[in-house]
Amino acid sequence: MKRILPVWAACLVAASLLPQTHPAQSGGELRLCIFSEPVTFHPLLADEISSETVRYLTAGVLLRVDRVTQKPEPGLASSWKVLDGGKRIHFSLRSGLRFSDGTPFSASDVAYTVQQLMDPALHSPTGDAFRSSSAQVLTRVVSPTEIDLMFSAPVAGLADLFDTVAILSAQSPQKEMAVLGPFYVAEHKAGAYILLKRNPYYWKKDQAGRQLPYLDSVRLDIQANDEIQALRYSRGEIHMINKVAPGVYDKLAGDGVAVQDAGVTTDTEQIWFNQSPTAPIPDYKRAWFASANFRRAVSEAINRADVARIAFHQHASPAIGVVSPANRFWFNSKLKPHPYDPASALHRLQEAGFRMDNGVLRDNGGHEVEFSIIGKAGDEARQQTAALIQQDLKKIGMKVNIVPLDMHAVIERITGTFNYEACILGLTNATLDPNTQMNIWLSSAEMHQWNPQQKSPATSWEAEIDHLMRALASSADDHKRKQYWDRVQEIAWEQEPFIYLVNKHALVAIAPTVKNAQPSALFPQTFWNVEQLSLTH
Amino acid sequence: MKLARIIAGTILLLAAAGALGARYLAPAGYEQQFRESLDAPPSAQHLLGTDDLGRDRLARLLFGTRISLLLAPLAAAIATALAAFIGGIAGYFGGWVERCTLLIVDLFLAIPWLFLLITVRAVLPLNLSPESSVAITFLLLGFLGWAASARVVCAGTRDLMQSEFAWLARAAGFSGFKFLRVHLLPNLRGTLLAQFWISVPVFIIAEANLGAMGLGVSEPLPSLGSLVGELQNAVVLHPHPWQFVPLIVLVVVISCFQTLMNKFEVRA
Repeated sequence: MKRILPVWAACLVAASLLPQTHPAQSGGELRLCIFSEPVTFHPLLADEISSETVRYLTAGVLLRVDRVTQKPEPGLASSWKVLDGGKRIHFSLRSGLRFSDGTPFSASDVAYTVQQLMDPALHSPTGDAFRSSSAQVLTRVVSPTEIDLMFSAPVAGLADLFDTVAILSAQSPQKEMAVLGPFYVAEHKAGAYILLKRNPYYWKKDQAGRQLPYLDSVRLDIQANDEIQALRYSRGEIHMINKVAPGVYDKLAGDGVAVQDAGVTTDTEQIWFNQSPTAPIPDYKRAWFASANFRRAVSEAINRADVARIAFHQHASPAIGVVSPANRFWFNSKLKPHPYDPASALHRLQEAGFRMDNGVLRDNGGHEVEFSIIGKAGDEARQQTAALIQQDLKKIGMKVNIVPLDMHAVIERITGTFNYEACILGLTNATLDPNTQMNIWLSSAEMHQWNPQQKSPATSWEAEIDHLMRALASSADDHKRKQYWDRVQEIAWEQEPFIYLVNKHALVAIAPTVKNAQPSALFPQTFWNVEQLSLTH
Repeated sequence: MKLARIIAGTILLLAAAGALGARYLAPAGYEQQFRESLDAPPSAQHLLGTDDLGRDRLARLLFGTRISLLLAPLAAAIATALAAFIGGIAGYFGGWVERCTLLIVDLFLAIPWLFLLITVRAVLPLNLSPESSVAITFLLLGFLGWAASARVVCAGTRDLMQSEFAWLARAAGFSGFKFLRVHLLPNLRGTLLAQFWISVPVFIIAEANLGAMGLGVSEPLPSLGSLVGELQNAVVLHPHPWQFVPLIVLVVVISCFQTLMNKFEVRA
């Protein structure tokens, strides 16, 4: 007995040192909240966070981008190959798979899905990425498990785009409600909850050969108030929160509730000045906003470290540029952080013809430098950011008026009437590939916020960005594309049409009863590996 | 009761004096950020601590009280005057005039005024100073907040019109403006004062609601509403005890108003 005990103890120690893959317990219901009712359950039409959440949990995709490694992993397709410089992709599909209603899956379902995706009558937001080069798609079903998709022009980052394409059944009477993902929509009470149940035909098994997912069901409660979400989490009524507000995070952490900072996200917070020639603002202000010296002076006068520390409670990092360092491949590591240097800012302003007059900054026409920043009301971190900027710019003699508006009013002003001077907003980058930023950086784009829908580029640097973005979109060589995108980042850093402030951290809450969770900075932060999650009782 | 009224009046006077003398009493500017002392507890330098941006809470409370105590009564006066005019006309004439007026009042009450305020705020010029912005917010509250009071005034006027002294007055030849001035208004004074005093805290709280949505007083100007708005997530955030001081001030001020209001009601 005496000999056995040390051996037994050694075994226990060794077992505790093994990698943390918890033996999964089957069963149980994972509970989490979504902020609003999903607009649609049609996976090809999902374009807001609630619909995308349901799509992620239910959809079967040909390949899935691993949210930790940021590399594509096989899904319904066991392998794939991009051919003809990005004009063709060949998928080899798994055999013997079935949809949640038992309908068999084959290559003809992929062909049907692609036809639906590209159907102009459906207006699929997911299909927009494939349409960016006005590409027409042809499908060729080689066999029930082999299919070729052919595009008339190269599609950049082609493989990764299939991460969001849910495969539909061409034959199921349940249409788009028949799914290939780990769960299917079993119940929906409008305004209250959505119940997803385990798909009995889900194809994936764990290393021990056990059927995935481990969970019986996922319940999505509709809860618009994130403070109530946090309260429900601290009471143990829900298991996860995907995005915790910085202030709430600190309080929950202080109370000993399980929360995690999963690191820098790809999301950006930025301000920009309205340079639209049709904007109803005085010409002298338009001239300020068009001046790179003015924009860079504002940028240098903003203490980004304080914004990250104070407004985001240290759960953000000062932004360097367009791309967050979290986007490992596409981030231009040669760019340096913008310095906080009010003296240099004043020097730049003097070079541009501005002068200080008893603590008030004036332009060469004698106009006092005063402008307003609009932003979404009720967003505490952003309002605090604006208040910090207001004080920072006061040091260089600028008077800033903060105007919180409801979101509809903000959108109307920045996209319709252009009746604003500066705006503070954030951008959520759901995908890593720069191709999805075409609608921001092309001078003709609607989302080219500082001066949208230009007939021809207003400046030489915007013309250069147009050229680079088009080259980027039409090349399948990632090395070349990276060079183009690096140059775009450099121009954006020098010209600062967007003054990037911080990159937020992914603040998540995962209850200790949830096993195998690996929070990621990318959507969906907490449950991206939902089929691997299990609950201890 | 007299003692209670004296205490209430004294507290209100002290609050008004503190608010008016904020510039001299405040230890720092209400907008000054002490970025190395964020959310600090009370200390000799900051008697009520600092907020999330490192601003002195006492300074913000003094200036915030000034804004709310000056502008909420102004808005209440506007609302009461409108209520007296519209409700008085309805009650005086009666019949179809009263029915039509009350229908308009009902329609006005049915309007989601919060959304109306948000809409109006959205169309205001962007480069308004925070001071102009807060003044406009309270004026809007005054112009939108008359309907409920108008119903009460209408009912009061109708009762007066059917009272014996009104019949006697009319029989004696009083009519029109003279009847209104000599008989109706003096007898409605209690109702109008009550509506005025009720409206003051209502508008302070309404501004607090707007502040909670980030649409009330714009940064960096404080108001009682925006300071109380910091407690909106109290259940989750477990605020420090000193963060409740603006709420206590608001409750005390409103209670004092209510105590004085009872006095006016008794007199009426």
